[in-house]
Amino acid sequence: MTSPLLIVENLHKTFTLHNQGGVVLPVLKGIDLTVNAGECVVLHGPSGAGKSSLLRSLYANYKPQQGQIRIRHDSDWMDLVAAAPHEILDVRKKTLGYVSQFLRVIPRVSTLDIVSEPLRRLGIAAEQAEDKARALLSRLRIPEAMWSLAPATFSGGEQQRVNIAHGFSVNYPVLLLDEPTASLDAENRQTVVDLIIEAKARGTAIVGIFHDADVRELVADRLFAMQAYKDAA
Amino acid sequence: MTTLRHPLMQVRDLSKMYGARTGCRDIDFDLYPGEVLGIVGESGSGKTTLLNCLSARLEPTSGSVIYQDRTGADIDIYQASESRRRLLMRTDWGVVHQNPKDGLRMRVSAGANVGERLMAVGQRHYGDIRETATDWLGRVEIAEDRVDDKPLTFSGGMQQRLQIARNLVSGPRLVFMDEPTGGLDVSVQARLLDLLRRLVTDLGLSAVLVTHDLAVVRLLAHRLMVMHQGQVVEQGLTDQVLDDPQHAYTQLLVSSVLQP
Repeated sequence: MTSPLLIVENLHKTFTLHNQGGVVLPVLKGIDLTVNAGECVVLHGPSGAGKSSLLRSLYANYKPQQGQIRIRHDSDWMDLVAAAPHEILDVRKKTLGYVSQFLRVIPRVSTLDIVSEPLRRLGIAAEQAEDKARALLSRLRIPEAMWSLAPATFSGGEQQRVNIAHGFSVNYPVLLLDEPTASLDAENRQTVVDLIIEAKARGTAIVGIFHDADVRELVADRLFAMQAYKDAA
Repeated sequence: MTTLRHPLMQVRDLSKMYGARTGCRDIDFDLYPGEVLGIVGESGSGKTTLLNCLSARLEPTSGSVIYQDRTGADIDIYQASESRRRLLMRTDWGVVHQNPKDGLRMRVSAGANVGERLMAVGQRHYGDIRETATDWLGRVEIAEDRVDDKPLTFSGGMQQRLQIARNLVSGPRLVFMDEPTGGLDVSVQARLLDLLRRLVTDLGLSAVLVTHDLAVVRLLAHRLMVMHQGQVVEQGLTDQVLDDPQHAYTQLLVSSVLQP
């Protein structure tokens, strides 16, 4: 018995560059994709095939021109393409997590605050939220001395691990991962694999991009093949 | 936030003409409780005109602004009596001006600047007022030993933080901000932004924030409206508008920002 949490239907996305001669760049054409609870679907294809664009569209960070992205939210279905901003923010707060490629640092905000914020936003008491954040930061081998610092001065790998801790702090039913292991060493890569496998066991539906073939082998239930739009046409 | 909430403010067909010139035109949107709406655009695009119309400080030429008060009643701001409007402005709303001198009384003490807002909403106990005022100065990172100093002796960043304390002390539900970080050094800006971000989240405030600084709205605003020549050319979720702008003017605006 499978239970879908995310259903993409006939999704189209183009970029129109108004200030560069009105060039139209098609990226996604008629994407259909269903992701079930406990399943990890890996977007697969060459650079320029639209993997990141699809992932960003699924997070409502990009605006598709046509189609639906339906997500199971509060025991209801919501179409992220048609949803109002406050509805999208509610979905992001409770249902949909996203680990981007890079951490967007905010001046003066400490690592512990960054990681615990998604939990506090759900109304979880600060102490409890920080306990969970500390546990994740330890697992991802961020030294305790760094927890009270803002990550602006951290290395690329450290920032990425803070980003991962932030993305995994809430047990979101649906999780999007954009190359979470790209700049990590073997030990930390294994930790991220463990986090993904644990999330799947909890019933999380995951869509991800992983260039590392070993990681892909370990986490993927199936690949979703994507090809550059010009080939698909 | 749930999907069935009633908007805190409903703006319909709002236009303000200055003779034949357009201030802002055909503005339509709903603001939900707890939502921070950013309004961006270049100088002269009508941002401040719109903000003034929303906050009952500039009568629009046409259209309506409807606000839901604490009792759940919808009030048509420009149909309501002057006294009703004044009461709302005092109890429910705050206005943070770009220039702190427009929002502060420069010749009375910092403590009194904050305390008099409490007196305006009916508090009378001097000890309580002073205690609350001092507490709020602490929250905006103004040292306790400056309570009795006049804002004239404060730096620009401190004045702006004092103005924020003066606005938030009376527990408003909606705050209007016009370039709150304009004219401050970047290091001071970062501190102010972090402070605003925490206050807005902790207090569950709604806010309308006018700025030309896209980094400021990315940090503070849930939602964005882009104005150009008095009209809204694009609106949506903040990161969507900034990362995937649809309108030619928004694309120009986003691509014109210099990365340090």
